[in-house]
Amino acid sequence: MSAAAAPVLVVRDAQKRFGAVHALKGVSLEAYRGEVLALLGDNGAGKSTLIKCVSGVHSLDEGEILLDGEAAAIHNPAAARHAGIETVYQDLALFDNLTPAQNFYCGRELSFPSWLPRGLRFLNVRAMDNEARSVIDRLKVKLPKFDAPVALMSGGQRQAIAVARATVFARKIVILDEPTAALGLRESRKVLDLIAQLRAEGNAVILITHNMEHVVELADRAVVLRQGRKVGELKPSRDTQQELVSLIVGAEA
Amino acid sequence: MSELESRGAQGAPSHAAVRAGGDALSWSLKLLSVGPLLILVVLVVAVAIVTPAFVSPRNIGNIMAQTAVIAVVAIGQHLVILTRGIDLSVGANLALATVIGALVYTVTDSALLVALAMLLTGAAVGAVNGLVYVFGRLPHPFIITLATLSIARGLALEFAVGHTTMRGMPEPITIVGGGTTSIFGLIAIPNSFFVVAGVVALVFVMAKAMVWGRWIYAVGGKPEAAVQMGIPVRWVLVSVYVIAGLCAGIGAIILSGRTEAGSPLYGNLLELDTIAAVIIGGASFLGGRGHLGHALIGAVMIGVIRNALNLLNVDVFFQMIAIGLIIVLAVEADVLRNHLEARVRVLQAGRLN
Repeated sequence: MSAAAAPVLVVRDAQKRFGAVHALKGVSLEAYRGEVLALLGDNGAGKSTLIKCVSGVHSLDEGEILLDGEAAAIHNPAAARHAGIETVYQDLALFDNLTPAQNFYCGRELSFPSWLPRGLRFLNVRAMDNEARSVIDRLKVKLPKFDAPVALMSGGQRQAIAVARATVFARKIVILDEPTAALGLRESRKVLDLIAQLRAEGNAVILITHNMEHVVELADRAVVLRQGRKVGELKPSRDTQQELVSLIVGAEA
Repeated sequence: MSELESRGAQGAPSHAAVRAGGDALSWSLKLLSVGPLLILVVLVVAVAIVTPAFVSPRNIGNIMAQTAVIAVVAIGQHLVILTRGIDLSVGANLALATVIGALVYTVTDSALLVALAMLLTGAAVGAVNGLVYVFGRLPHPFIITLATLSIARGLALEFAVGHTTMRGMPEPITIVGGGTTSIFGLIAIPNSFFVVAGVVALVFVMAKAMVWGRWIYAVGGKPEAAVQMGIPVRWVLVSVYVIAGLCAGIGAIILSGRTEAGSPLYGNLLELDTIAAVIIGGASFLGGRGHLGHALIGAVMIGVIRNALNLLNVDVFFQMIAIGLIIVLAVEADVLRNHLEARVRVLQAGRLN
């Protein structure tokens, strides 16, 4: 693929301050389609801040974000989603009282007629159900019951629903913030398979995790942050695993 | 709900026990979801056996008329509770609306203007609730609606200048609130019943078929996520308080029409009746769970209990005690439901293989 050579996301010299705290000190990174980029760092290293800047929760003080080579103005989460960036937050942002399909489209329901204000339009339930069902089937997510509220589903199933929702709308990048942190072994495995599938479908995946096994297994590239700076970028493997850990904690390798 | 597993069913024999447990759980959840309706049916049958007069067409008409106000206001309360809120001001709001309506009637005979005045009063108080709650960044609507309860009741007493009843309502309003329509000469249906039915139909469509309704459930289910998903949470909240106020205004039309008067004393403790109706009916006090049917079942249950105990000549205080006990039962059922759902989640995780 020649298109794979051009990064879909470029962050250049990102600077972010929260009062006295200098959270990002000139971080740059690139993400490519069909690639899993692991974003590593200890707590407070700045990875969450960086992700929040890309997904529109914060905006950068200095530096720029390019999408497909063009400067993108991402001032709020809605703008980020509109630009094709989907984020799966740690708390999943799922509605327990809604079904998977309702969760998929919550806040961007398919509705008609278009001349009415959004809130007063009528739901196109059938189209949303069909689309959600086909995505869930495609991603091989196993759910106990398609039209039961999410409250009745396990942690792994919920995580899978959140990831699947992101894939419906992501046209460029899927960001996953510690997707396996709260899961058991078997459920983690399912989610990792799902991430691999997202990559296979040509998405750029940015994965935040503390689990080195997962990084080595899944990530094509790893960027390590420490105290707001990028301190390393390498291809994770069994051989470099120790080096990665050293970079994260700041010990001399 | 059919069985909770369809794809998990191919599990190994060792999972048979897990599955049986899951079936028992799903059955319990199912039972809980129809519990309030079941209780209502049992109640009606029991009372009908004890006092046959209970099911006479005349008494059924009575129950309908007595339940209409609670039902209509409970519909608004139900929307508020769906968003994890509460509206304590609906009773005082209704009283203020009847007083304003009565005042307007002193200057004009137009039923339309009187009715409009009552609706606008209700909506205005609701708008104050919603706007102060949202834009005053209050942590919970309890305080602001408690404040407007006091303010609206005070304004009603002030505007009524010493009258406890302000007699007279335009005829069309008395027909809506107190008249009946005979169906094939068999039973006289109170006109207020049709008003309730109309409001139910309207709110049903808005809550089930429109984007706005989906947003209400989303805001009640997880407010933070609703913000992240780009739902205009603030305006959704304001809208439910305005609609709750409007429902109080409709209740004012029904009540002042039935009594042919306005009064600053109307709607006393109506906020508690409507909250009780929503909770008894089976909606969750924690927000996001419940539908229109719950509010209606609850309202009818309160109406039936009051009416039955009256027919049985039971002391009025026992009505309050009975309703209180049922509230406790309903809230415990909600707690139990959450507990059972947590168990189902664990079973789901165990079933993955």
